[in-house]
Amino acid sequence: MLHTVNKSPFDHNTLETCLKYAKPGSAVLLIEDGVYAVAKGTAVSKQLQDALKTVPIYALKPDVEARGMQNRVLDGVKLVDYGGFVDLVAEHNTVQSWL
Amino acid sequence: MSEMEGGIVKKFLYVNRKAPYGTVYAQESLEVVLIGAAFEQDVSLAFIDDGVYQLAKGQDTKALGVKNFSPTYRALEDYDVTKLFVEKESLEVRGLSADDMVVPVTIMGAQEMAEYMNGQDVILSF
Amino acid sequence: MKFSILVNEGPYTHEAADTAYQFTKAALDKGHEIFRVFFYHDGVNNGTRLTTPPQDDRNIVKRWTELGEKHKLDLVVCVAAAQRRGIADADEAKRNGKDADNIAPGFRISGLGQLIEAGIQADRLVTFGD
Repeated sequence: MLHTVNKSPFDHNTLETCLKYAKPGSAVLLIEDGVYAVAKGTAVSKQLQDALKTVPIYALKPDVEARGMQNRVLDGVKLVDYGGFVDLVAEHNTVQSWL
Repeated sequence: MSEMEGGIVKKFLYVNRKAPYGTVYAQESLEVVLIGAAFEQDVSLAFIDDGVYQLAKGQDTKALGVKNFSPTYRALEDYDVTKLFVEKESLEVRGLSADDMVVPVTIMGAQEMAEYMNGQDVILSF
Repeated sequence: MKFSILVNEGPYTHEAADTAYQFTKAALDKGHEIFRVFFYHDGVNNGTRLTTPPQDDRNIVKRWTELGEKHKLDLVVCVAAAQRRGIADADEAKRNGKDADNIAPGFRISGLGQLIEAGIQADRLVTFGD
């Protein structure tokens, strides 16, 4: 399944819960304020790097760019556009939006 | 997903992660569950994080001046909605247990809940 | 593939209303079918034709209307959520004794059953909210 997270990890526990639920075979897509989690050198970077060992993590490029995070993205996080978001939804059986 | 004589039956999971009253999501998601019950799908409800507060006993909204909708969870059984899963970890960090819930629920660890979520056809999260 | 979209936030306050639109548009561009876009909670505010954003801002309501016209989208506003928030079509306005309606072109008002049906009929249901 595909998990989406749209909250900043510094303000909500949404990412933490999502990563707890993201099993091998699923994928995580960060959108909206959720993309702040992709930056290098933050308090959640390690959490994200650990998660990357078991699930692929994507971030929505238009949201990353809008927030000026495009040059700080952690290695291993893949950026997708809206078309890529659509592809991820199509590739996975269900979508859980962690709102 | 399975085909019944009446049509398609999908596994619907409602994921509740928000506390009641602070925002409208809990109340309006319960409205979806009630309407959805008429469609004879395979329905379950998951309560995770602050969503567990939706089921907390003792809600009294008289002074607030809004409707207390917590008794409605007790009516879900009449709609054949009986699979209510509450995440163990979410209860624990909030100092709650099954005894504090307004309805009988099944307590499930996050890992088990994650497996369950994985097996669903449609997830509605509010 | 057949998608259904659930929009739970209103325009201009939460990005969810924009993300939902961009996702829907991208899905259509890729040749997918949109079974229905359902507007719930404050999402019903995406369907008022009285929206008048400044000229240099996007018109979120008009954008839905235009995308709807182009692709014959079923844009459904939840009746219960709409009544609470003052979104009405001519029938609803008359039934509730209101002096005006405000539903935008291309949108229709219907019940929550339409959301459940959207979940049953589509291959994927994607929720955008807060």
